[in-house]
Amino acid sequence: MTDTATRRQSPLPQGAPTRPSALRRAARRPDTMLFLVLVGVVIAASAVIVNFATTVTLGFLLVGIVPVLLLAMPMTLIIVTGEIDLSVASTAGLTSAVMGVLWRDTDLGIWTIIVCCLLVGALCGAFNGLLITGLGVSSLAVTIGTLALFRGLALVVIGDQKVSDFPADLTRLATQRIGDTGIPVVMLGVAVVVAVFAVVLHQTSFGRTLYALGFSPEAARFVGVRVGAAKFWLFVVSGAVSGLVGVYWTLRFASAGPDNATGLELSVIAAVLLGGVSIFGGRGTVFGVVTGVLLIGTVTYALRLARVDETTLPIVTGVLLVLSVVTPSALGWAREKRRLSRLTTSSPAAPAAG
Amino acid sequence: MPVAVALVTLIVVTWLINDQFLSAQSVKDLMLNATILVILATAQAVVLITRNVDLSVGAILGMVAFSVGAFFEAAPQAPVAVIFVVGMLLGGLLGAVNGALVTVAKVPALVITLGTMYAFRGILSTWAGSKQYFSGDNPASFGRLSVETVLGLPIITLIALAVLAVVAVYLAFRRPGRDLYAIGSDPDAAKLFGIRVQARVLLAFTACGALTGLAGVLYASRYNSVGALTGSGLELDVVAAAVVGGVAISGGVGTVVGAGLGAVLLSTITSSLTATRVDKFWQQAIVGVLILAAVVVDRVTAIRRANKLRVSEARDD
Repeated sequence: MTDTATRRQSPLPQGAPTRPSALRRAARRPDTMLFLVLVGVVIAASAVIVNFATTVTLGFLLVGIVPVLLLAMPMTLIIVTGEIDLSVASTAGLTSAVMGVLWRDTDLGIWTIIVCCLLVGALCGAFNGLLITGLGVSSLAVTIGTLALFRGLALVVIGDQKVSDFPADLTRLATQRIGDTGIPVVMLGVAVVVAVFAVVLHQTSFGRTLYALGFSPEAARFVGVRVGAAKFWLFVVSGAVSGLVGVYWTLRFASAGPDNATGLELSVIAAVLLGGVSIFGGRGTVFGVVTGVLLIGTVTYALRLARVDETTLPIVTGVLLVLSVVTPSALGWAREKRRLSRLTTSSPAAPAAG
Repeated sequence: MPVAVALVTLIVVTWLINDQFLSAQSVKDLMLNATILVILATAQAVVLITRNVDLSVGAILGMVAFSVGAFFEAAPQAPVAVIFVVGMLLGGLLGAVNGALVTVAKVPALVITLGTMYAFRGILSTWAGSKQYFSGDNPASFGRLSVETVLGLPIITLIALAVLAVVAVYLAFRRPGRDLYAIGSDPDAAKLFGIRVQARVLLAFTACGALTGLAGVLYASRYNSVGALTGSGLELDVVAAAVVGGVAISGGVGTVVGAGLGAVLLSTITSSLTATRVDKFWQQAIVGVLILAAVVVDRVTAIRRANKLRVSEARDD
């Protein structure tokens, strides 16, 4: 309060650029605002909805978001570089099918199979990466193709069969909670993955490179970034993480089939964009994306608990997504209009543009 | 056009293996199966040419198809022509919402229509709940549209061909149609050239919505039931059909005739696999290979063209 009061009385001329404090700048960042929205939603839901503020809720909510949260990590890096990967859910589906067939038809141990699955995922990613960086085809076009191809291969591998007799200790582990906290055990692993991606994107020179790539590929190449190699490895990592999600999905539902994780790519992209990553590349944070995933997960779970019809829930994802991209543009447009009107009123003699 | 060659090859090879493939009944089924995808691919091509994309078409189709059932329930005696107007208006309205959001927010259409895809689908699910309308609920004359033939062509197929022809002529010869290509090739240059980019993009989305609405009406005529999930996941098939037909996802390139052929190719593959007794599980993988082949061919010809230009320029110097 006193801070704003003294600022108003300060002798600075109006409109002079004052440098806001670091705290204020942080408060104005989109991902901070999104986080405040999340906190608001959690408080409101705890107050209004019976049984929301329980460890059971926490457990189900967190187990529910694991696949999207994992896939959102490489997706964030890929979108930051100005590319996109639509094939992640199909890669997970193919991995799940491979896992099922290997478990049913071979004598391999489950851990060997899981390693094979991660390799399958990485190979899928490498295939995307080769077409995108080797031939220079747009990632949107390539991954729409592999979205169909990988899902198709899943069908070829396993047909319409299901495999479900996976080791019980592993399937139990997929949803097991840590003591009475409600937090799923797998969340520890997910947290490590998220931390690794956060460090890579925000604390390493490779991460800074990705922003540069998204901002201007030409400029990045001029300053010595190996654009192709960076993108290729991003897609490989995206494939490997998709493979991991395929394995998790299979164990969690104790079922390997051709249609696991169908359509998940759109939920992942929606969450990443809601988290403040610019689809044009060059902007976005891991913190924002985690918040975005949590926000969609929390709102959806809260509404489900409030017995809102399951079929209505997609509206929430859709409206959140549209709002999150339209609001900044609308604000920017209003600001621009205000600036223009101020310009024209201050210099009425200026010739009209055009 | 590579897609035409691929389609002819597919049909001939399938026919050589199974001569029943081109029997009268089988050909009629092929056309009926392709009809709706042809209209959807035509609509999608209009938007893709402007360097945009509409992922909400599956939801729009579902919404319109369901509203056909609701309409005939409320007004069973209404003339069939009215539902075509209503369906296209509803589709056009939803398309205009997409177009307005894309032009106002200046955010890529991929993001906006991903959002509206969820929103439209959610609204439809809330409206429909678990209710379904069956073809028996509609007037018999409406259902006959997808049974009766004129000159050997099913009526809904004739409608699709007429739509394709009109849109093709409009895009090739009319000013606003040419503008769409200019915008897709280079939006900034189009703006400098004096093209009203926002109005044209809005037009493209509205047209895409209206045509998708038409496809929704025909869907309700062709298929036995419509409900909350009608048209789910269709958007990727539609984009795939257009891309296989040579419409570039990066805008400015391709024709609706190509997109239509792409749609026929994709829907014929399914029948071919059945006719040649290939394991049906291969179908989707083949679709994926086709899409990749289309984008790779497109890319390689673009590189060749660029090289040729460079060589001829070097000679001129």
